[in-house]
This record gives sequence, C-alpha cells and structure tokens, in this order.
Amino acid sequence: MRDALFGSLLARVCCGFLGAVVLAAALGPWLSPWEFDAVDWDAIDTAPSLAHWFGTDGVGRDLLTRTLAGARISIAIALAATVVSCCIGIPWGATAGYLGGRTDQAMMRIVDGLYALPFILLVILLVALFGRNIVLLFAALGAVSWLDLARIVRGQTLAVKSEAYLEAARGLGAPTFTVIRRHVVPNVLGPALVYATLTVPGVIIAESFLSFLGLGVQEPQTSWGVLIADGAREMHSSPWQLVFPATMLTLTLFAFNILGDRLRDAVDPH
Amino acid sequence: MGRYLLRRLAFALITLFAVVTVTFFLARAAPGGPFDGERRLPPEVEANLRAAYDLDKPVVHQYARYLGMLGRGDLGPSFRHKDFSVNELIGRGLPISVTIGGLALALAVVVGVTAGTFAATARDRARDRLLVTAATLGLALPPIIVAPLLVLVFAVGLGWFPAGGYDTARSYVLPVIALSLPYAAAFTRLSRGSVAEVLGRPHVLTARSKGMPTWRIVHRHVLPSALIPVVSFLGPAAAALLAGSMVIEEVFSLPGLGRYFVQGALNRDYTLVTGTVIVYAALVLTFNLLADLCYARLDPRIRHA
Repeated sequence: MRDALFGSLLARVCCGFLGAVVLAAALGPWLSPWEFDAVDWDAIDTAPSLAHWFGTDGVGRDLLTRTLAGARISIAIALAATVVSCCIGIPWGATAGYLGGRTDQAMMRIVDGLYALPFILLVILLVALFGRNIVLLFAALGAVSWLDLARIVRGQTLAVKSEAYLEAARGLGAPTFTVIRRHVVPNVLGPALVYATLTVPGVIIAESFLSFLGLGVQEPQTSWGVLIADGAREMHSSPWQLVFPATMLTLTLFAFNILGDRLRDAVDPH
Repeated sequence: MGRYLLRRLAFALITLFAVVTVTFFLARAAPGGPFDGERRLPPEVEANLRAAYDLDKPVVHQYARYLGMLGRGDLGPSFRHKDFSVNELIGRGLPISVTIGGLALALAVVVGVTAGTFAATARDRARDRLLVTAATLGLALPPIIVAPLLVLVFAVGLGWFPAGGYDTARSYVLPVIALSLPYAAAFTRLSRGSVAEVLGRPHVLTARSKGMPTWRIVHRHVLPSALIPVVSFLGPAAAALLAGSMVIEEVFSLPGLGRYFVQGALNRDYTLVTGTVIVYAALVLTFNLLADLCYARLDPRIRHA
C-alpha cells in the first residue's frame, strides 16, 4: 500500500498535489486577503495580476479564492458522498458474500441491473424537485455510487469466508448478522476503503456536471462546476475564468486516477 | 441462448416498470406544483386547470390512468409547453440526442479498442506508456471542460466548425468528439488490459510459433475473446454517457432530450419529466439488450447455455 502511494515519482507528485489541494481548500479561503464572495470594485473582470493571482470574475470577485472555495465544496461533497456509498455498499457486499447461494445471486443480480440504469436522471430529478441543497446532493450522489464497492466487498468476503475466526464465531453461536458486522466487515474494510477512494473522482465529475447545468451548488456558494460554467460563458473575452478552474479540476481528477490505479494494483494483483 | 435473452428481456421490462413508478411518485411527492408561477392564479382558474390535467383526483387514480396511457404509447400533454404533447416534444429531441450519443459511443469504441490493442501489443514500450498516460488524462477531461475549449479553439478561433446548431453534418463534429473523449479513454484502458491478458494465453503462443503475422493473430485469435469485457462495459457506458449528453446539448444549444429533461425538472413539468426519464430508460435498456446479444454471440458459454 505504501509502495503504491509513494513508490514512484509520479505517484509521489500526485499525492503531494492532492495534499496541497486539500490543504489549500481547507486553509486557502481563510488565508487569502479576499473573501470568496467579496467584490473588488477596482478590479472587475481583470486578467491575473499580483493582487489577484488567478484574475477576477465578471463582478470583481477574486478567482483564486473562489477556486479554493469551490474546491472546498467539490471535495467535501465527494467525500461525504463516498461515506454514504460505503454505508450502503459495504454491508450489501458483505451480506451477499457471506450468505451466499440464492440470496447472493439475487443481491448481485440487483447490482448488475442497477449498473445499466441512468442514475444521474434520478439525482437530477431529486435535486430539481426537492430543492438544491448540499445535503440532498451528496446523499443522492452517494446513494447511486455504491455498486462497484458492493462487488469488491463481496469478492473480499468470499476470500475470508472460510477463515477459522469466522468458524469460531459461528461455533460460539453468534447470530449471522453479528458475525457479518463484527467479524466480516472489519476484515474486508481495508481493501474496501481503498476502493472507496476510487469513488471520489466519479462523484466530483457528477457534482460538476450538475452544478454546470445549474442544478447543483447555488450562488453565492460555488464549486468547480459552477466556476467552469461561469468561465465557459465568458471564455471569449476572459479565458482565464475558464482556464484556472478547469485546470484544477483536470489535475485533481488525473491525480486521483493515477493513485487509484496504483492502489487497485496493490490490493488486487489480478 | 433463447432462454438467456428471454430472461434479459423480462428483466428489462420489470426495470422499466420500476422506473416509471418511481419517477411518477417522486414527481408527485415533490413540494410545489406546475402552476406555481410568479403571479398567483385565481383559485377557480387553478381548480379548472388541475381538473383539466386530472390533478384533483387521488394519486393512485392518476397513476392508473397514466399507466393506461403509456400502454397506448401516449405520454400525455406537457404542463408547461402549452399546445404540445410530450410525445411531440420528445419526437423532436430524440433524433438529435440519439445521433450524438450513438456517434460518440461508436467513436469511443473504435478509437478506444484500436488504441488499447496498439498499446497492448507493445507492452511497457514508449508507445504503450504514451497511450496509457494519454488515456488517464482523457479520463480527467469531462465534457464540461472539453466542450467549451473545443468551441473556443475550433469554432471561435479557427472557424472550422459551427459552435452550435444541428443543421449540417459539420455541426455534429465538435459535440461528438467532446462527448466521446472520456469514454474513448476508458475503452482504451479496458481493451489494453484484456488484449494483454489474451496475448499471454497458450493458443496465441501457438499461433505466434507458427509464424502468423501479429495483426492476423490479433484479429483472429485475440480480439474475439478480448472484446468480451468491452462489450459488457457498453451498457454502463451508455448509461453514463447521458449526463455528458445533457452538458453537450447545453453548450452547443442543441434542442435534444437532455434540455427538455432539465427544463422539465426545473419547471415541475410532471409529464415532460416522467416522459423523458421513461424514454431515456427505455433507450438505455434496449441498448443493453443489444449489448447482451453481442455478448452472447462472443461468449460460447452463454451461446450454448
């Protein structure tokens, strides 16, 4: 695992970059001399300068601060949604794998069926109909991204199923669900959490799509999707408004994907 | 094989029914109604409108009626686009969305499988490394970034292609490229892995030791089995492509299904939203069935089951 994260130069650079983004997202808006929603009347729609490193937007808000504030929301939503998907996917996969037989078949058939459904429609429907709040957004995104995780956890559960400690727990008369909760889940948790990190980039993309369409995060709050949508509207006259948030999003996704590949190789040699 | 497909068909129909039910009740459960405008309507006018659209009846009654209409292929009148039925609106949007989505998926598969095979036959050499890195980068370039950039460079800057519209074949070039890029990358990675795996099997070694040329080995002995994971990813890819197609329709101002869906959801146009979701789901499920058909042809274990 350590090798996967720090073994090669590329992986180290990706780790460093993600760490820097998370740190900047957490501390940046606080360290920056500008507020993310404050207007600088002397610098409306200006190109990058010493005062505003990423330039300003159409109403004079500092783009660096907004990009970091957007990072905060985008990453927070992605992490929260990942936690939600763990809460569904891990018990689902562990139960299916442990019980086996027909129950397993039925549960995994449902997962296969759900794969083929365009879930993003359901998420859009939910946020459009029940109001665009952040809690609903990450809950809905999490509730539709647990499928991969359920598959992985089921596979891991099959691998530990015949271990002696499970036999012992059963022999002592522990009820089935206690065995799953107390003995199966903790033992498949490591690989499951590694795979959970692979959920993060997918959720970041989904959130940015929704915000881009005006269905996600609302003004004055901002996220990378909102910034890219605004930037795309102004790209002819002020390209920096598109370039900076777009670059941040791409680099973050790229770093997540590189590390995800390494972690996947480390956990699953197949 | 007949039984396999029959089971798949039954499963698809059940799924479609579940989609219809969930969408119908979600749209009805939401706060706010389709007649909440900026100006409040006089109560008697609103009552008449509600009666005209059957909204004054119990939900179960509305649901039964809706199912009956669906059985006749009628998606009902649009609440917001007066004088238009949902069938008419979808009839306009569907050809555009299907053309773009279909072309994007086809482009992604062709480019992805070619690049993936090309990379796998040169494993760990420069060509392979380059393609893998490009594919990983491609995954990180969603349509919300690529579409505006393509417009900026090729429509506004160079003027090679139009920045919007759908009247000529040229206007489809940029939307299709922007939509297909992440999937081309995904197919590259997927087919690289599976081609490399099949290349290591004994029958390939036999073919190689007979002196068969590489392209022929790949064509005859590798691709048929290496394509199985690619085909099984087609269904999920088509489902995932939808979100991107909404973004693409927005950026290139194409009046496709996605725009009607997003507008319908924002305006609480119940029938339009339910109708678009049903059509989207039916499209994706049909496509999945076709993918299953290919899958069954490629995999003898299913063909003879």
